[in-house]
Amino acid sequence: MLELTTTRHNPLIDPTLHVWGWEIPVYLFLGGMVAGMMVFAGLAMLKTAKGEDTRNFFSLQTPLLAFVLLNLGMLALLLDLAHPLYVWAIYITFMPASPMAWGSWVLLIVYAILLVSALIRLPEAWPWIGRTLPVTRKASDWFVTSPARLRALAWINIVFGIAVGVYTGILLNTMVARPLWNTSVLPVLFLVSGLSAAAAALHLAARVFGKRPAPQGMISGAIAALGQPLGPQPPAPHTAESLQRADIGLLAVELVLIFLLLIGLVTSSTSHGAAASLLFSGKYAVMFWVGVVAVGIVIPLVMQLLEMSHRLRHTIVPAVLVLAGGFALRWVLVNAGQASAIVSAATGQ
Amino acid sequence: MARFGMVIDTARCVGCMDCVVACQTENDVPTGFCRDWITTEVRGTFPTLTMEIRSERCNHCDNPPCVQCCPTGASHVEPFGKTVQVTANRCIGCKACIASCPYDARFVHPKGYVDKCTFCLHRTKEGKDPACVSVCPTHCMYFGDLDDPQSTVSQLLTARKWHTLLPEAGTRPRVFYLT
Repeated sequence: MLELTTTRHNPLIDPTLHVWGWEIPVYLFLGGMVAGMMVFAGLAMLKTAKGEDTRNFFSLQTPLLAFVLLNLGMLALLLDLAHPLYVWAIYITFMPASPMAWGSWVLLIVYAILLVSALIRLPEAWPWIGRTLPVTRKASDWFVTSPARLRALAWINIVFGIAVGVYTGILLNTMVARPLWNTSVLPVLFLVSGLSAAAAALHLAARVFGKRPAPQGMISGAIAALGQPLGPQPPAPHTAESLQRADIGLLAVELVLIFLLLIGLVTSSTSHGAAASLLFSGKYAVMFWVGVVAVGIVIPLVMQLLEMSHRLRHTIVPAVLVLAGGFALRWVLVNAGQASAIVSAATGQ
Repeated sequence: MARFGMVIDTARCVGCMDCVVACQTENDVPTGFCRDWITTEVRGTFPTLTMEIRSERCNHCDNPPCVQCCPTGASHVEPFGKTVQVTANRCIGCKACIASCPYDARFVHPKGYVDKCTFCLHRTKEGKDPACVSVCPTHCMYFGDLDDPQSTVSQLLTARKWHTLLPEAGTRPRVFYLT
């Protein structure tokens, strides 16, 4: 028998000692989704550069929505800081050993990329600005009519999208003290989950907003520009279908990755085994198995397979479930990860 | 240049918490927080029990994960004594260091920066022992240069059996417990 008594502060009895609260899961979820949208936007740009009708796939307007989500995510990140006014301290130095330093600089670059990508489609997405300021339309045309320029922007979007998606996992992955995070599957899992959430979000937008052409007015047009990441016209039927097909593949891969993550933890050291047990029993188990695996992956996967084979009516339900599951995955991993600790070889505790 | 370390004789420690109070007074640690604390470990089945009382704190690791993960360089290894320190006005409070520390030695100070044991840098610079060491009524704590083979800490580590906390984390901690 072993009994440990300590006089130290304990986050379980003193709420002021929490490490990461709701802000980090929100940021990791939004950041992952933005990463996925950048990859999809890049693919759309490549199609446009080839001269194909983007409405067959989806429009280039995705960066507008991604840019807004990125701002929300970065706001959550800022709110997490104990001293948000000092945030500039990250950008007056560069610490190569710190994943968060890399992530912060990548985020700055991604901010600029998404701003450019969003602005070049703004006149089409929001016709009012195109009419009021014709120069924006000219600038947009200058970009879109040149396949070389568009292709460059597409690849920048894809590369940095993947970088952000992977980074959200590396941030947690490198913490030696938290065995649950200490698995190299995590960055890949977060990237795939981000891509799947992006596909679901675009699919949802296509279903909800894509039924009629975008409003032309000043304010209604601006709102519609954000809500219609698939373009001002109703998306072609197989646009939504291709997103759904992508999501089916991504969800299946995610399921395999979660399986690999659990196998890796369970068969590893005592510390990793104890970390895995946080997902099998206790207060995070229900959220993990019901919220992440069942509601977030298996149910939408089955529903979308049935929809594709026309045995189930197309609804927005699977897309909503995928988004909820994507957030649940970040929530469970961030919280259970903070609860996991190295098990001492000497004491077994 | 010195490489400071601490040696604590668990055979002599009675867990009086004088070190904890001395630290809170010396460093003006806000109420409800502590930079050092006492852990009591009891093993065995009654009546065959063994007990180890430890005064624990930041281990000022040779391979500190908190310094590596800091995005601003606020967490750093101080050239004087090679101790791990936090520059308060560079810290943004991202809490990455707290998450990366296997010893949970760090906390967010109510003023908005991460705080922890400094090995009493302000005292050691004047050649004094840290506050916790200087008040210990059983004289079970020793402080000194691990790189100097003639120092008390080095001598104790060669003469006695010792262990460190979570050596498997690979952090190479510099607080040693004599058994």
